[in-house]
Parts: sequence; structure tokens; C-alpha cells
Amino acid sequence: MKTPIYLDNHATTRMDPRVLETMLPYFTEKFGNAASRNHEFGWEAEKAVDRARKQIADLIGATAKEIVFTSGATESDNLAIKGVAEMYAERGNHIITAATEHKAVLDTCKKLEKHGYRVTYLPLKGDGLIDLDMLKESFTDKTILVTIMYANNEIGVIQPIAEIGKMCRERGVLFHTDGVQAIGKVPVDVNKDNIDIMSITGHKIYGPKGVGALYVRRRNPRVQITAQMDGGGHERGMRSGTLNVPSIVGLGEACAIAQREMPEEMKRMRYLRDKLTSKLQAGLDEVFINGSMEHRLPQNLNMSFMYVEGESLLMGINDVAVSSGSACTSATLEPSYVLKALGLGDDLAHSSIRFGIGRFNTEEEIDYVADKVIDVVKKLRELSPLYEMAKEGVDLSKVQWAAH
Amino acid sequence: MAYSDKVLDHYNHPRNVGSLDKSASNVGTGMVGAPECGDVMKLQIQVNNDSGIIEDAKFKTFGCGSAIASSSLATEWLKGKTVDEALQIKNTDIVNELSLPPVKIHCSVLAEDAIKAAIGDYRAKQSAKSSAPAEQTVA
Repeated sequence: MKTPIYLDNHATTRMDPRVLETMLPYFTEKFGNAASRNHEFGWEAEKAVDRARKQIADLIGATAKEIVFTSGATESDNLAIKGVAEMYAERGNHIITAATEHKAVLDTCKKLEKHGYRVTYLPLKGDGLIDLDMLKESFTDKTILVTIMYANNEIGVIQPIAEIGKMCRERGVLFHTDGVQAIGKVPVDVNKDNIDIMSITGHKIYGPKGVGALYVRRRNPRVQITAQMDGGGHERGMRSGTLNVPSIVGLGEACAIAQREMPEEMKRMRYLRDKLTSKLQAGLDEVFINGSMEHRLPQNLNMSFMYVEGESLLMGINDVAVSSGSACTSATLEPSYVLKALGLGDDLAHSSIRFGIGRFNTEEEIDYVADKVIDVVKKLRELSPLYEMAKEGVDLSKVQWAAH
Repeated sequence: MAYSDKVLDHYNHPRNVGSLDKSASNVGTGMVGAPECGDVMKLQIQVNNDSGIIEDAKFKTFGCGSAIASSSLATEWLKGKTVDEALQIKNTDIVNELSLPPVKIHCSVLAEDAIKAAIGDYRAKQSAKSSAPAEQTVA
């Protein structure tokens, strides 16, 4: 077993060597511009792009013409939300989203608010799920778009996407979902799930960074989006810019592999995740799982280790790459807004660790990580005045802390 | 973030972890910080009433590695000092010794606050003892 062990697969994934293999020729001998219509080099590139388009579409139950290539999910989210807002401005100015969305969605919505749009940020239930009744009450006759992510990047909770999509469809409102954590990991079908627009990225599914796609529905309803960049009118006028052929080929191959291997991989991921969970629960008291265990990606575990601060825990398991919801590990010095939206106190948010299991993790690695985390948590609890007080029966919520 | 060797050393081998009897009249306890801020430090000193010298110091800290290192270092420095000397320890001394980056300066401030709080508690106990020996206040 080699260290460090990578268990941060919601942040990014290692590229599958099979993906790299398919990409390589498109950097060198097959270097053509997919928009060159009058020679062999261009045709070859266009053919490769079309094949990738089909591979992506197949994974999500779409058609190839509904795939628009972008630079990644941040661009896809921006294009979807701003593009719909601009295109449908005459119909209304209201957008519904959720408090736990990715910043690419939240900050895009905030930008639109400055331009006169109204945005509803739905709170979440304690298990991280949307309250469908609350969503229902949030629609107005000015609502043009609902944007709610498929699966959350911190807690892995999967939203009731098909129900949300159905509600939108019944009201003639478009439904966008940020699908980056879900596609290739769990079955996603834009028709069964009533999705109109979906953001996709390569690097979360063992493909390259810097490439993504936007699914844009063409029938029932036909979705229109105003381009956010002006140029050569590529991608049916929705996204100008010369196509990044090698990366697009890689994204396509990553989708094809994910589709082929999903049933097997889901089983294996769930087995490893459940093993990690039960080992941690058996080895430690006072640990809490954040978010629904039932509606969750099989790759994700997000756990709070009470009385231990996240950054100090990461320091103790420095040969394991994971993330923490602790403020000390974020650029903003604020604890995770996702965990806080679940109603978690700041103290528990500070004590959380996100484990993201991926295709290349082994059972041996999971065993090692579990043992290591248990060791370090025990050691840090020996150091923790909070653990000592709790063991003495002090109710920590009643203590008058000298906040600083 | 990269940690300095001294922070890593204190984190991996924390000095003087533990608790002293907080009800003893020659023990001063300082508890600063708050769980929702991500750090709580408990620092205790045991003073020799005759010499006024800090004979023992213990800490427990909930917080990041720099917070643990700051309080561990503080206990090392406290031992053997008089209470008055201990009050001269400044957070900047801790910053320099541990090479703390700007984002971790608050850890050193917290350690200085903990020292002051522990000494304050010790002194309050001492003056309570001399003015009203029957009534002991527990911090």
C-alpha cells in the first residue's frame, strides 16, 4: 500500500489510464479543429467530438444534439442560470435554488439579484433533503427556473430530483440541476428525472480537468439559452470557442466507462463506504453522520467527531487526503455552510470530515484509514477539554463561553 | 498549509497534557475560547505559595494544531517562572517561537489569554483566602 491515500474524490479524481489513452492521439497527430469543415484534419476531430457527445448523452439518457461542451461545471452552471434568466426575462424574474448549492450556483444567483432578479434560497431539512412542500409554496407566476443540485459535494445527499422536475414541468418552469457529483456514480436519466438542463464535468468522473458539458433539452420542452460569450457561434450558438478536442474525447470515454461499470462499481463503493462507517462507529463513541444515509452517494461519508477540531484531526492523519468542514481549513475561516444549513452547530461543523471514496481505492486503504482516524481521534480527545467536561457530565451547551 | 517543525513537534508530542485539581487553593484555572469558534483552551498552573513559583502547568486544548502547540509551549514556559514573570509572556513570543503564520496568530492570543485567566483565577483564590477564608469561590 502506498501513502498518501487519496480519499478526497469529491474534490477531484485521478484520471483513468484508459481515458488518457484515448485522449493522447488528439494532442499530436489528430490535432484538427472540429470546426474545420473542408479537410481531413477537421473531419477527424469532428468525428471524435461527435462520438464523445454520444457517449455523454448515452450515460444520461439524452441525445447527442443536446450536449453543449464547456470548460467545466462552473461555466456550465453560469451558462445555464444566466442563459435562462436572460432568455426568459420577459416571462418572469424569479429563480428558486437551495442553501446548500455549490458556489457556482449561489454566487451566480446573487449576481442576478443585483440585476433585478428575485431568488428564493430554500432551507434544507436536517437530513439534507429539500422540503418538497416548501418548494411547492415557493413557486410564483414569475418563476422561470429552479436550480437544485443532484447530489451534494460535501454530504453526498441525493435530492428527490424526479419529483422536483415533475413539479417544475407541471408549472411550465425550467429545471436545472448541477449533476457533477451524481453522473457516472448513480443512474441519472434526464427523462425519468424530468431534467431540462444539467451541468456535467470531466474531472469528477476520472476524466480530465478543464472540460465539462451542459445538457440542454431540445424537446418537450425545447429549452433556449442566451450565450454568455460572443464568438464563432459554436455549439449551436450557445457556447462559442474552439472545442477542446482531446479533453472532450476524454470526457466521452470517462462517461462510457462509468456507464459500463456502474452496477459493479456502485456495489464496491458502497461496500467500502459502509465498512469505513461501521469501523469508525465501532471504534469511537460520539460520532455523527451528517446527512441522510438512505438518499446518498455510495462514495460519500461525512462524519463529525465530537470534541475534536477538524484541522487538528487532518494534521494527525496527514498521510490521508480528506476534507474538513472546519473553518480552519477554509479560505473564509467560516465553517461549512452546507453543514450549517442542516442545522448543525458550529462546533459539530468544526469537527467534521468528508471521506470521498473512488474507483482506485482499495479495501486495505479503507482499513488503514479507519484505524488511523480512530487512533488520532482518541489521542485528540485525551487533549480535549470539551471531551473531559462532557465525561464529567457538564452540558456544554449551557456553559458561558468567552467567545472571541 | 505547511506547519513549522516546532508546531508539528508540539502537536505530535504535546507537553504537560492533563488536569490539576481545580478546587485546590494554589491551582489557577483559565478556560478561554468557545467551541463554535473552533478552539477552547484550558490552562492550569500550580503555584508554590511560599516561593510564588509556578511548580506545574497543565493544558487541554480543543482546536487546530497551532492552538495545541501554542498552549503546549505556554505550559513549558510557565513552569519555573514566578507568577509575575509569567504575566510577561506575550503572544508575539509564541508567534515567533512557533513561526505561526498570520492566519494562526489568534491561537497565540488565546494562549496568552489563557495564561492571564489562570493567573487571575489563582490570584482571586489567594485574595479570597486572605479576606474571607471560609468562603471559597470556584471558577
